[in-house]
Amino acid sequence: MRYAPRSEPFFSRNAWIALGAFAMVTLVIVPALYVFVPEGDPFHVSAYTVTLAGKIMCYCIVAVAMNLIWGYAGILSLGHGVFFALGGYAFGMYLMRQIGREGQYQSDLPDFMVFLDWKAFPWQWTGSEHFLWAAALVVLAPGLLAFVFGVFAFRSRIKGVYFSIITQAMTFAFMLLFFRNDTGFGGNNGFTDFKRVLGFPITAPSTRAVLFALSAIALVGSLVLTRYLIRSKVGRVLTAIRDSESRLMFSGYNPLWYKLFVWTLSAVICGVAGALYVPQVGIINPSEMSPANSIEIAIWVAVGGRGTLLGPLLGASVVNGAKSFFTQSFPEYWLFFLGLMFILVTLFMPKGLTGLAARILGRFK
Amino acid sequence: MRARLSAFLLSILYMLAVAPAQALDPKVVSKLASDDSAARLEAIDQLAASGEEAALTLLQALANGEVQVTPDSRVIIVSDQVLDAVTLTPIASAPDEYEAVILNNRMRARVDSAIGALSLLSPDRATRLASAKAVETTQDVSLLPLLERAIDKETDPLIRRSLEHTRAVLDLRSQDPARRLAAARVLGDSSQARVRTFLLQLLEKDSSGTYLETDADVRFAAQAALESVERRLAFSDYFGRIFSGLSLGSILLLVALGLAITYGLLGVINMAHGEMLMIGAYATYVTQQVFRTHFPGALDWYVLAAIPTAFFSAALVGMALERTVIRWLYGRPLETLLATWGISLFLIQLVRQIFGAQNVEVANPSWLSGGVEFANVVMPYNRIVIIGFSMLVLILMWLLLSRTRLGLFIRGVTQNRTMASCVGVPTGRVDLLAFGLGSGIAGLGGVALSQIGNVGPDLGQAYIIDSFMVVVLGGVGQLAGTVYAGLGLGVMSKLIEPHIGAVLTKILILVLIIAFIQKRPQGLFALKGRAVET
Repeated sequence: MRYAPRSEPFFSRNAWIALGAFAMVTLVIVPALYVFVPEGDPFHVSAYTVTLAGKIMCYCIVAVAMNLIWGYAGILSLGHGVFFALGGYAFGMYLMRQIGREGQYQSDLPDFMVFLDWKAFPWQWTGSEHFLWAAALVVLAPGLLAFVFGVFAFRSRIKGVYFSIITQAMTFAFMLLFFRNDTGFGGNNGFTDFKRVLGFPITAPSTRAVLFALSAIALVGSLVLTRYLIRSKVGRVLTAIRDSESRLMFSGYNPLWYKLFVWTLSAVICGVAGALYVPQVGIINPSEMSPANSIEIAIWVAVGGRGTLLGPLLGASVVNGAKSFFTQSFPEYWLFFLGLMFILVTLFMPKGLTGLAARILGRFK
Repeated sequence: MRARLSAFLLSILYMLAVAPAQALDPKVVSKLASDDSAARLEAIDQLAASGEEAALTLLQALANGEVQVTPDSRVIIVSDQVLDAVTLTPIASAPDEYEAVILNNRMRARVDSAIGALSLLSPDRATRLASAKAVETTQDVSLLPLLERAIDKETDPLIRRSLEHTRAVLDLRSQDPARRLAAARVLGDSSQARVRTFLLQLLEKDSSGTYLETDADVRFAAQAALESVERRLAFSDYFGRIFSGLSLGSILLLVALGLAITYGLLGVINMAHGEMLMIGAYATYVTQQVFRTHFPGALDWYVLAAIPTAFFSAALVGMALERTVIRWLYGRPLETLLATWGISLFLIQLVRQIFGAQNVEVANPSWLSGGVEFANVVMPYNRIVIIGFSMLVLILMWLLLSRTRLGLFIRGVTQNRTMASCVGVPTGRVDLLAFGLGSGIAGLGGVALSQIGNVGPDLGQAYIIDSFMVVVLGGVGQLAGTVYAGLGLGVMSKLIEPHIGAVLTKILILVLIIAFIQKRPQGLFALKGRAVET
C-alpha cells in the first residue's frame, strides 16, 4: 500500500527467513518427497498435489502481476487473462511441436491441423520448434499486445472503469479470435496431449518437479521484482498515479510512460506464468481468455489485499483452494460463493485478508 | 332445419368433388399401374399437362399414398371411400385386394411439381400464388404448355409476373433464338439470385473460347439483364443488412440506455446490467406461463402484460441493488464494478437454481410471427415491432429526461452532483430512481430479446460487452450519443460481417472504437461544460 523508502531494508529479517523457508520447501523438500519417496509412503507427495500446488503458484504469479498494475498503479485490468493465455499459447506451440509424430495421425503437423486438412504450418508457427524462440515469444506476444494496446489507451487518457471495460472487450475479442479454427491455434480444443518438453517426457515425476521448482522461482522472482519496483522512484510515481493522476501531471510528470511500463511489465509476468502453467496442467484453450476468468484474477487480489506484497499470494491461494473444494463438493454453490465473495469483500473488506489480519493483530497490541 | 341444410351443403360438396365429370384419359391412368417406372413418370407428366382438375385430385391422392392397383390392373383411390381413379366416382363393390403405387424419390419430386403446376389453374388466388412460388424453381420443360395456359388465364399482375419469369427461365433452353432473346429480356427485371446463375450460363464459353450461346443478340440481352439483376440483388443485400443492423442496434440501444444513465449519474459501470435483461426475459416467460394456465384465451396478448411486469421486476431488483450494494461503494467505481460482477454471478446462479440451466421456451404470439417481404428481404414482424418498441422507449425516455421534474434532477445530478445537492435536489433518491429506471429499461430489452432469441441464464452476458462499447463510443449524459452509437454499431457490424465474418467484425469494431476515442476520449457527444476529472 504505502511507498517503501530507500532507508527501509529490501526485506525485513523475518521476510528473508520466510523467503528462504519457501525456497527450501518448493525447491528441495517437495520435489524430493515427490520424486524419491516411493508412493504409499506417508511422506510421499502425490502428483496431484504437486500439480495443484504448481498451478496455484502460477495463479499467484498472475495475482502478483495484477497487483502491480491495480494495487500500485490503480489501473484495474479486466483483460489479464489474455496475457496469461498468450504466454500459454506461445509455449504451447513449442510443446505441440515436441509431440513430433506421436500424435493420433502420425503426422508432422499437430492433430488438429491434420483434422482441418492443412498441409503445412501456418505462418504463426514459424520457428516454434525452437525452444528459445518459444521462450522469446512468451515474453514478446503479451508484451507487444500490452504495449500497443497501452499506447492507444493511455495516450487518450482512458482510465478508471472505461479502461476496465475496454480491456474486457479486448479479452472477449481475443477469446472469439482463438475460438476460430482459422486462427491456427486449435480452435475450441486449443492445445493438449503434450508429450515432451526439451526432450524430457512431460508427465515424468522429474520433469514435473522441475516445472514445479521453476514456478516457485518465477513466483519469488516476481515478488522480488515488485518489491524492487515499489522501492524505486518509479514505484513512487506509480502510487502517485493511483492516488491522484491530475496532481502528478500538474507536477510535471507524464504518467503515460510510467503506466505503459508497468502495464507491459505486468502483462509479461502474466505471460511467463501462462507458459509455466501450460506444461503442468497439460492443456490450454480459449476459455482461459473468457472475461469471467480475467475478472476472477481481480478478485484474488482484492481478497488478499491490494497494494501489499503478500496479499495477492494469499488471495490467489485462498480463492483457488476454495474453488477446488467447491467445484468438487458443491459445484452448484461455487458461483454463489464467488459472487458473494465479490460483493462482501468489496463492501466489508476493502483491504482484503491482509488488512483484516492487520486490524485483528492491531487490536491485540 | 339445420340438419337438412348441412345435408344439402354436403351434397353440393359431394357434387363438386365428383362434378368434373370430364373423366381422365383411361390410358394415361392405367399407366400408373405399370411396373415400368418410366411409364409411370410419363403418366404423371401427362396428367400434369392435361390441366384437368381431376388430374390434380388424382395426383394429390398419389402423393398421399392413396392410389392403389387391384390385381386386375384397375387403378383406384382408397381414402374415406373407394373411388375409381379415371372417373373419380365411388365404386359400389370395393375390391378386397390391392397394392399401393409406390413412389420413388424422383417420381415424388415430379408429382409434387405437377401438383404445384396444376394448382396454377385454381380459382383461389392464394393457392395460385403459392403454387406460382412453388414452380419457380422448376426445371421441367414439360410444364411449359401448362404455364402458357396459366399465364393466359391469369389476371393478378403479381402472379402473372412470377409465372412469366418461370416461363422465361425454361425458355432460356429453347431451341428458338427469338424465344431465348425474349426470355433474357423478361428476366432483366427479376431480383432472384438463381436467375443470375441462369443468365451467367448464357454467357459461358467452352474450352475453345467460343460462346455456348450462338446468338449474339441473346448474349447481349443476357448481359444487360444480368447487370440489372445484379444491381437489384446488391440493393436487397444492402437493405437486408441494414435492416438486421437496425434490429441489432435497437436492442443494443435498449441495453445501453440504462447503462448510460447510471454511468453518467453515478460514474459506475453496472456489470449486472446484463442480468436485468435476463430478469426481463424471465419475467416474460413467467407471464407467459401465468397466461397459459389462467387466461389461455388471451395467450396471444401475454407480451403486452409482460412489458410492465418485466419493467417493474427489473426495476425493483435494480433499486434493491442500489440500496444494498452500490450506494455503499460510492466514490469507488472500480470496486463497484467488481461488486456488481459478483451480483451478476449470483443472479445467474439463482436463476439457474430456480428455472434450471436449460433455456426456457418463450413463444412468439401469433401476431408477432411471420413477416413482410420487401425487396426480396423477409422482415420478421417481431424484429419490426422491436425496432418500433425501442424507438417508443427512446421517445418516452427523452420526454422523461427533458420534461419532468425527475428528468431535470437526473440531468442536474449528472452535471454537478455537489451543486445539485446544494440547491436541494435529493441526490440519494434521484440515484435510486435513476437506477431503477435504467434497470427497468434493460428489463424491457429482455422482453424484446425473449421474442427473437433463446431465454437462458446466460442471456445477459452476450449483450453486455457490446452495450459497454455503445456507452464508450456514445459518451454519457446525453441520449443522442447512445442512440447514434447503438444504431451505428449495430448497422456497422451487420454491414461488415458478410465480408470478414462475425468474429473479425467484433475485433475490427473494437479497434475502430479505440482509434475513435483517441480523437474524442469523451465519446461522440460529450457534456459541454466544466466537467472536472477527479
